[in-house]
Amino acid sequence: MQLTLWTYEGPPHVGAMRIATAMTDLHYVLHAPQGDTYADLLFTMIERRKKRPPVTYTTFQARDLGADTSQLFMDAARDAQERFNPAAMIVGASCTGELIQDDPGGLSKTLGLPVPVIPLELPSYSKKENWGASETFYQIVRHLAPLGPEASERTDISCNILGPTALGFRHRDDVTEIKRLLESLGISVNVVAPLDASVHDLLRLRHAEFNVVLYPEIAATAAAWLKRTFRQPFTTIVPIGVGATRDFIREIAEITGRDADTLLEQSESRLPWYSRSIDSTYLTNKRVFLFGDATHVIALARVAEKEMGFKVVGMGTYTRERARDVRDAAESYGVEALITDDYLEVERLVQELQPEMVLGTQMERHMAKRLGIPCAVISAPVHVQDYPARYSPLMGFEGANVLFDTLVHPLTMGLEEHLLQMFRDDFEFNDAAGPSHLSHGGHGPVKGQVDGGEAEPEQAQSFENNSNSIVWLDEAERELKKVPFFVRGKARRNTEKFAAELGLAEISMETLYEAKSHFSR
Amino acid sequence: MSVASEKLMVSAGQGCVDRPVLKQRGQQEVFCGLTGIMWLHRKIQDAFFLIVGSRTCAHLMQSAAGVMIFAEPRFGTAIMEERDLAGLADMNEELDTVVDRLLERRPEIRLLFLVGSCPSEVIKLDLSRAAQRLSQRHSPQVRILNYSGSGIETTFTQGEDACLASLVPSLPSEPDNAPKSLLVVGALADVVEDQFARLFEQLGITHTRFLPARLADDMPPVGANTHFLLAQPFLTDTARALEARGARYIQSGFPLGAEGTTEWLRAAASCFGVPDAKFEEVVSAPRTRARRAVQQYEERLSAKKLFFFPDSQLEIPLARFLGQELGMQTLEVGTPYLNKRLMAAELSQLPDDVVVSEGQDVDKQLDRCRDAQPDIVVCGLGLANPLEVEGITTKWSIELVFTPIQGFEQAGDLAELFARPLNRRTRLEV
Repeated sequence: MQLTLWTYEGPPHVGAMRIATAMTDLHYVLHAPQGDTYADLLFTMIERRKKRPPVTYTTFQARDLGADTSQLFMDAARDAQERFNPAAMIVGASCTGELIQDDPGGLSKTLGLPVPVIPLELPSYSKKENWGASETFYQIVRHLAPLGPEASERTDISCNILGPTALGFRHRDDVTEIKRLLESLGISVNVVAPLDASVHDLLRLRHAEFNVVLYPEIAATAAAWLKRTFRQPFTTIVPIGVGATRDFIREIAEITGRDADTLLEQSESRLPWYSRSIDSTYLTNKRVFLFGDATHVIALARVAEKEMGFKVVGMGTYTRERARDVRDAAESYGVEALITDDYLEVERLVQELQPEMVLGTQMERHMAKRLGIPCAVISAPVHVQDYPARYSPLMGFEGANVLFDTLVHPLTMGLEEHLLQMFRDDFEFNDAAGPSHLSHGGHGPVKGQVDGGEAEPEQAQSFENNSNSIVWLDEAERELKKVPFFVRGKARRNTEKFAAELGLAEISMETLYEAKSHFSR
Repeated sequence: MSVASEKLMVSAGQGCVDRPVLKQRGQQEVFCGLTGIMWLHRKIQDAFFLIVGSRTCAHLMQSAAGVMIFAEPRFGTAIMEERDLAGLADMNEELDTVVDRLLERRPEIRLLFLVGSCPSEVIKLDLSRAAQRLSQRHSPQVRILNYSGSGIETTFTQGEDACLASLVPSLPSEPDNAPKSLLVVGALADVVEDQFARLFEQLGITHTRFLPARLADDMPPVGANTHFLLAQPFLTDTARALEARGARYIQSGFPLGAEGTTEWLRAAASCFGVPDAKFEEVVSAPRTRARRAVQQYEERLSAKKLFFFPDSQLEIPLARFLGQELGMQTLEVGTPYLNKRLMAAELSQLPDDVVVSEGQDVDKQLDRCRDAQPDIVVCGLGLANPLEVEGITTKWSIELVFTPIQGFEQAGDLAELFARPLNRRTRLEV
């Protein structure tokens, strides 16, 4: 039993819904109680989809449990097929449905429905949303792809793009961007799936020469099966950031046996110049913490370090399935990865590390807001404001432009940072007021929204074990307040650490500056 | 669904309450009772709601509110895992550990609800025994109660009913010789509660209390001289539990709109023997304000056709208010379930041609809705945007639960909630 306040992923059947909703003519019959219909609003409200998800819930009730819930399921499946006339169906159970063991797969077989019915086994008590999406996509591909005709001889080079789903973080725009990129390389796109794909499209998957795996969390399993079955190679590099996009192009050159240099000539992004522009000097060594799904965290860590000149001080993921990849990446930045789906653990680490910026999910956004740390959202789970109306991919060269803006926007800019440091007592222009280009009150800790009287974060940051015995003298405490807000916590911690190492009982102004010099970057 | 018989049932009975009800059985597109925690955890400031359930429950809670709550919420989920279900872990021990950890983290919590869910109900996890056991362990610092918010037993606002009903047995007893007191039952926005408290005081009803109270230790006493008035229409079990403790039910409609609020206050006033003149004196000024505020929307809303999907159980009182005070015409009013006793005063004021439907087969109801061509549809979040795409104006019903709408001072705001979507649709030129 696990105590959870917020969860990074939904249950696996929500993953299956993301696949069904992404496709145009697949219907999902879900053996589930009425409350599970909440999942519809994820799509209609958060993603603003124009249609209800193609899901029929059996909505069994307590009084049905003594009677015949399997009949209820069969009626629902038959009615759904008649009403919605889908090209194929998937059937399964939600967490409660799983407990009553009605076997939706077996039951639907007895119905003799006139369309392919694909049974799903999604263990709700051990697996989660992304796994559910991956497994569902794999099952659909495995069932449908072999039914299609073999490829006829074709002259052009073509690929499939695999992984984008409904409710995906920027999937819609990533697909547009990567399609454009591939086409500029002279590669045609055979099928994009599951987003906007029909069942018929899946029959043509085998016609492509290779597969582009946009989101390994969702498409890696299906791509591996397609490789085994149809000998289609697949890409392993996720093109987020300038470097990764260039590597992605190289990988495609290798797969298709073409010259990478010619392909790379086309690459252009504003990020390299914007990052080199002297205005960006202030970004150097900004201490960032990253948390999210494995794909986005690994990619964004690279962007942060290599393309923005930040310093990665911590990173982690809730994607346990890819813990090793994240650990490897973390190691290359000299930090240890946090693998957890416990939001409280992430919060503890952020408090301890005192980063100057957090790149995370909507959970980290709330946590960072409370702690007064600038934050940008770079991974699911996200909320309605992270489905922007404008074109804003994360992938490809345009994606890199978007990322530059996204990562710079929450920060106090260049000279403003210096001015804040120099004249921190100005009544309207001080660090607690936040960056002047952000109108809404800046990023001081959000007081009054903190429930249950938590200590002010800055205080909470003190090393409890050290600060018990170490006293801050008034002069030092006052001087500490002159340190800019976003690094003050770090300065306090470092000074205490420094004093503890020297065995000092008091921290004077002298100690503060000694520590500053000791830890200077 | 084909088993879902759509039949018109005419129940035996008398009076204008007696009307045909369209009973539906099929896919029910409604929240489960867990959703009530969204407002209850803010209402009772030192209570914590621990759902014993699955990842789905946790996901529902953070998705359903539409927004995340910035402060750390006073609710959480103890997620059952495979090892719990396979019997590899003792579920009760696991739960004790979770509760210990939680209470250690939140020492200010005085009241903890263990909330049952679909999976915990299906595996018959006995939360009442767990609550007793844990109460002994954490008493007197924390009181631990339990109720079920599961979707196989409760819809949406029924969760509040189950929560309040679980509180009733633990309310202090009022002595038999206690003065006659009024108990207002059902969570209200603090501002509304304060307004009602002032009105009752002006009416001379001095012993007025509210359930739930804002703090765990301030829960009202109950006894034979307690007369209770329901502020919310979904409190079937709570009413029954209060009656079991000897309290007496004051039959009334619900305080929505100028007239609804007047009648609701009048029911209490006559129970407490408040003279008519006194009642008029107290009520007349705020009622005039409320009527004036509502009237501002009459022109925009009058004769507009309404269609309610079942959701919060507020549908029938809302249909009454919108018809009675704004001249709107309800075509169909859906309700998750119909309690004819509690709803009697409301039903009797609905015109005969309003179709009352109980339960749901959502696809068939959508068909009826499209055929009926209403001007505005009141429905849940899953249906609203798809209907808007079809050109049908909607009002999402959850807002009616999350906004102060009861009482005189809110009557205009309530009307405005219905005028806004229509106004917006005519205003937009894109």
